Amino acid sequence: MFPEFGQFSLILAWVFAFLLAVIPLTGVGMNKEALQRTAPALAWAMFFFTAVAFAILVRAFLNDDFSVVIVSQNSNSALPWYYKFSATWGNHEGSMLLWILMLTGWTVAVTVFARSLTVELKSAVLGVLGIVSFGFTMFVLFTSNPFARLLPIPPTDGSDLNPLLQDIGLILHPPTLYMGYVGFSVAFAFAIAALITGRFDASWVRWSRPWTNVAWAFLTVGIALGSWWAYYELGWGGWWFWDPVENASFMPWLIGTALIHSQAVTEKRNLFKSWSVLLAIFAFSFSLLGTFLVRSGVLTSVHAFASDPKRGLFILVILAITILGSLILYALNAGKIKTAGKFEFVSRESFMLMNNILLVVIAFAVLFGTLLPLIADAFGMRKLSVGAPFFNLVFNMLMVVLISLLGLGQLLRWKKQQLKSWTGFFIVAIAGAIVIALLLPWALSGQLHWQVWLGMSLVFWTAASLIRLLAEKTKNADSFVTGLKKAGVGFWGMWIAHLGLVVATTGVVLVSNFDLERDFRMAAGESVEMSNYRFELTSVDQVSGPNYSSDKGTINVFRNGKPIAELHPEKRFYQVQRNVMTEAGIDGNLARDLYASLAEPLDDSRQVWSVRLQVKPFVRWMWFGALLMALGGVLSITDKRYRRTARTGASL
Amino acid sequence: MNPKRKQRLILILLGVAGVSIAVLLVLFALRQNVNYFFTPSEIAAGNAPQSQVIRAGGMVREGSVKRSDGSLEVRFQVTDFASDVDVMFEGILPDLFQEGEGVVVIGKLDENKLFTADTVLAKHDETYMPPEVTHALEQAGHPDTMNK
Repeated sequence: MFPEFGQFSLILAWVFAFLLAVIPLTGVGMNKEALQRTAPALAWAMFFFTAVAFAILVRAFLNDDFSVVIVSQNSNSALPWYYKFSATWGNHEGSMLLWILMLTGWTVAVTVFARSLTVELKSAVLGVLGIVSFGFTMFVLFTSNPFARLLPIPPTDGSDLNPLLQDIGLILHPPTLYMGYVGFSVAFAFAIAALITGRFDASWVRWSRPWTNVAWAFLTVGIALGSWWAYYELGWGGWWFWDPVENASFMPWLIGTALIHSQAVTEKRNLFKSWSVLLAIFAFSFSLLGTFLVRSGVLTSVHAFASDPKRGLFILVILAITILGSLILYALNAGKIKTAGKFEFVSRESFMLMNNILLVVIAFAVLFGTLLPLIADAFGMRKLSVGAPFFNLVFNMLMVVLISLLGLGQLLRWKKQQLKSWTGFFIVAIAGAIVIALLLPWALSGQLHWQVWLGMSLVFWTAASLIRLLAEKTKNADSFVTGLKKAGVGFWGMWIAHLGLVVATTGVVLVSNFDLERDFRMAAGESVEMSNYRFELTSVDQVSGPNYSSDKGTINVFRNGKPIAELHPEKRFYQVQRNVMTEAGIDGNLARDLYASLAEPLDDSRQVWSVRLQVKPFVRWMWFGALLMALGGVLSITDKRYRRTARTGASL
Repeated sequence: MNPKRKQRLILILLGVAGVSIAVLLVLFALRQNVNYFFTPSEIAAGNAPQSQVIRAGGMVREGSVKRSDGSLEVRFQVTDFASDVDVMFEGILPDLFQEGEGVVVIGKLDENKLFTADTVLAKHDETYMPPEVTHALEQAGHPDTMNK
């Protein structure tokens, strides 16, 4: 009976979403405060019933209830409990239910944390979130019912979770990514609510900003987790493929990054208001577009679970309504937004503007490359695909411009900045960066790559600028340390996020140009040399896990005759799905990863293998950089001014 | 020029400059990096260009996979059940590469219609078929895809 309760609960959630979409917004339209005040209670009810439905689905997975279709298709009694748990969202239906759970979760978070909002704005925000929940709950109920049953005779066991998904990465990556995706719905709802109510006062963006930052931080971590997962779990050491679904998460991230910067200008300087509203609409639209691309199966991708045109069409309709509806609303009301204040060309405002233009242009270039195959298909042209070199070229060129400007832009004051007093610093920093970027990698590796030179020049220049920024901040303080303390979390958030970009860029530049990859034919007892490292395949043993059997290699790595690492690459065979999986053996530190994968056995006794060995310098810096960025985003919202509004609001 | 106008001019110029550079860049990058898809029948009929990176897809013909001793070179045939393409690949095949299963190869065709692949993509799980492969089989009128 439980699955039916789950479905019933989801229907109730849908009803409450409908009420939330209608009643508070009607209250706003008719200016009736009693109607507006229903919003928080309705939001809680909607969240509660969604959570009950989700809990029941989790229960079905944990209890091996194979009468539920998606449990029988994606789980197995031999699976460890934590993979049964994560299998809940390792399929289309369950992951959409998780999507809704997050959405309703964000909705109640607004009722909890945004106490200081005026009743009108708050109910409008919650109402807009209600509309979105209504649409997506309907989508799940009508096209992707997670509680569908296999009755009367359920299978005795399930057909297991795809081995690729049996991993800690799958437990963490989708929920984190969804928190980010869905989190932009709050910024979107604030933007739409502002358009509906016509109130664009300074406090509006101050309320909206923390939500944007948190969503963006989640998305950053989610993307980094996805990249890390692909790196070690797909078994071949790739960390970014420009896969359509990676792009689908990267586009909202780019727009979200633009939005964070634009909102900063809006809050501090009361400028770029309508632009911030538009970006908030775009950020969420890109999130929806991502959902469409992933869920409809229109694109070839690792993430395409199964394609169903009905689902694609449904999301496409939601997407069209969202984009068209909000853009019409924007066109009608954006004229009411008043901006004041002026700025010179050399000012923080205009560099923030350049940042925004570049990020939006990158996002649309990625969008173009991602959709071109679909467009060609729709017009009946020959099927085509856009290769990773396209994305690399466009993205890298634009990022070079963006990062070069960042070094200057982050130093500038609002309104107007005289550059004359900084001439000396610029000459030293830029010349120093260019020289060090040429000499240091050459001294360490003995190789010259112009890409490394360019990339590291940008890294050193931006790092110099970050240091200069500290000097500027502490210039008028009693001492360096008190100056740093006084700088404020807003400043530190920005500083750490930009440091994160520097760290991530370092990783990308170095691993892209200095990584080594070679395939060897190795028998047990043999060893091969690769760039100062000696890899010895000691043995290959047959071992068995809970639901798989495996050939497990032991590779000892020596440097200058000293043992430095032991790698355990595996070739696993999952019995239920009859799938073969490559598990890489990795030894990592900050300077490099040693990466080994067993490819294929070349003899019958399974003792001779083709083996891929890789050395990946600084690869971890990319993910640490992303974590720093996310940390910066979260840190800056701990600022007193966000809490102050909350406290004064609570006392009213 | 009054400051307000000047400011607006800055905005517009920046926007136009950014967008036009980006458009040029995109067009330039696109020229070399779009790969067209050809079915085995089209390749057999000589419709596919040589020495240009293309994609081809179909099923790996049963019994066609031949590995060489001593190196990682492997040869196999991709078929749409109307025509076959000979493919040569050196390196490590994806885990889910199997005879009788769908595959997409990316690489170049030589004058003898030998396809030298630098990338081999297999399907990701049991139930998933790359749309391009489905398309290739449909084009060749293969019955398996017709009753789907």
